[in-house]
Amino acid sequence: MNVHEFQAKSLFAQFGVPVPRGKEITSPETATSWANELNTPVFVVKAQIHAGGRGKAGGVKITKDKSAVAGLAKELIGKTLVTHQTGPKGRKVHRLLMEEGANISKELYLSILVDRDTGWPTFIASTEGGMEIEEVAAHTPEKIIKEPIDPAVGFQGYNGRNIAFALGLPSIEPAVVNPFNKMLGNLYRFFMEKDCALVEINPLIITKEKTVVALDGKVSFDDNGLFKHEDVQKMRDLNEEEPLEIEATANNLNYVKLDGNIGCMVNGAGLAMATMDVIKLAGSEPANFLDVGGGATKETVAAGFRILLKDPNVKGIFINIFGGIVRCERIAQGVIDAAKEVKITVPLVVRLQGTNAEEGRKLLAESGLKLDVANDLWEAAQKIVKLTGKAA
Amino acid sequence: MSILVNNNTRVVVQGITGKEGSFHATQCKAYGTKVVAGVTPGKAGQEVEGIPVFNTVRDAVKKEQTDTSLIFVPPPFCADAILEAADAGVKLIICITEGIPVNDMVKVKRALRGRDVRLIGPNCPGVITVDEAKIGIMPGFIHKKGVVGVVSRSGTLTYEAVHQLSTLGLGETTCVGIGGDPVNGTGFVDVLPLFEKDPETQAIVMIGEIGGDAEEKAAEFIKKNIKKPVISFIAGITAPPGRRMGHAGAIISGGKGTAAEKMKTLEAAGVKVVKNPAEVGEAVKKALGR
Repeated sequence: MNVHEFQAKSLFAQFGVPVPRGKEITSPETATSWANELNTPVFVVKAQIHAGGRGKAGGVKITKDKSAVAGLAKELIGKTLVTHQTGPKGRKVHRLLMEEGANISKELYLSILVDRDTGWPTFIASTEGGMEIEEVAAHTPEKIIKEPIDPAVGFQGYNGRNIAFALGLPSIEPAVVNPFNKMLGNLYRFFMEKDCALVEINPLIITKEKTVVALDGKVSFDDNGLFKHEDVQKMRDLNEEEPLEIEATANNLNYVKLDGNIGCMVNGAGLAMATMDVIKLAGSEPANFLDVGGGATKETVAAGFRILLKDPNVKGIFINIFGGIVRCERIAQGVIDAAKEVKITVPLVVRLQGTNAEEGRKLLAESGLKLDVANDLWEAAQKIVKLTGKAA
Repeated sequence: MSILVNNNTRVVVQGITGKEGSFHATQCKAYGTKVVAGVTPGKAGQEVEGIPVFNTVRDAVKKEQTDTSLIFVPPPFCADAILEAADAGVKLIICITEGIPVNDMVKVKRALRGRDVRLIGPNCPGVITVDEAKIGIMPGFIHKKGVVGVVSRSGTLTYEAVHQLSTLGLGETTCVGIGGDPVNGTGFVDVLPLFEKDPETQAIVMIGEIGGDAEEKAAEFIKKNIKKPVISFIAGITAPPGRRMGHAGAIISGGKGTAAEKMKTLEAAGVKVVKNPAEVGEAVKKALGR
């Protein structure tokens, strides 16, 4: 789960990671009253959406004029921002972060995530702050500093020294070395205690006043760890999520919307991905990833149908079930029952294999439903692609 | 011969009185696995299908000499359960549970480092040595005794491959699900040398997916150490970057971990990579010259 910058910064502050004074703004009126309270030479107004590249898309405004902030807030709220991460449709702005400006002396990059290879939380730092880190890694890999933290003992002083010296911090600004190391320790504690998947600060700045400040903040939480953190759960912003994905989650389905026109419903994540791949090989494109999980029932199949059919791009549906513990005749009955409740207006191919596949196929064949039954994966994929026509 | 588990393996099921635990303990036992104990704290003295239940893994090991644990404990308590098994002297821990927080696994993996114990999973279907021991949730009947070792990050996709191998008469030796989480106990590179050494295994099927670099590491290892033919399928060529495809570990991040990149690296290491998941069995058959 992702959160907004203003939420990330409020959590940073709780854990002793310095951030600019700022506040969430949802109207021009609150912008004015906060501007009066903030009382700073420079005001920064930043659109809050779950996507990067906001600055280039016109989502960040800076002014020295206190009376201008209401106008800027009015301009940004309701605006649709299109960045390289939002896709062509863009993302509508509902809330802003308004904070004090900073006197930047040097921009750094800092993030922490779990290195999958070692299984250790690892800091990534660079002197190339403000840049896309993927670009830095591709063109100047020597400018990327990695510091793994031993989870048995947590962040230690030497970890901080390794990073600070590698960045050349003592020669950039010796006064910030100690606060920088303290901030690293706090950030590690935040990362572990709140079950983060990624914390990224880009840029982390050294100010002309010789302080270290997180000027931006991006935090992703591990969905599996959310149950421990009620405060984080409350930060979820449904405006930032695909409505069909919200509905799927509510039905215990794992759904990701894609751009093709063959909807698929599969048991198991790996097989669901393989099914998408086989649709492409057969000459079309998948409309989604949908894993109905191990305990597929009539209810989950019906919910799956409803979600698939709400996507106007879906021109055909491919159900691929490998019955293991789930018995195929139960899935078949689920499809038959669901088809009575949900009007299926597009061609449907059902492939059943594994436990009681024969019985399942027989049930479907005798149901009177308009559908094609297949035994084998490749045969099924070719059938659905033929019925819906190849992708343009 | 086989790898990891056989008909002498003595299994304790942690979380045996839960819905999943009792169902699968019964299924494993019916397959012929020596399921000799179960653990649910506070339920010692009960039985599940004739399997005695203990309060602690320590008691189960002491009374029933269990060497392998199969875990169905819910995610919030699972790290604790894995560490309990390791501390009680269990040598092989197979964790089925899906949804364990990554940072819990970070601590578990660190705690197991350097100890004489192997963790498989979490979020995996388990391990089966055909006709000897099924320690997991896979459907036993799709397997046939044969010559192919299977190692996979996925569940049902593995069943798909196994079904093809069985239907074509090739059969399997042992199938190992290493799981779909970003931090897990056992990787491809841990299982591949076991298959290489196993005299009954003639070919290896490796099923990977997007995310991380386990397949790239495997490619490097295969190039140097594996003489037997390796056939691979990588799921997720159509998966978009930045989206988690079901498994917590199946995500393309920062342009790394794409299926195309993994396929290329494996092919360069001499692995036969199939693009169509329906053709895994045929590719193995061809590699074995049958």
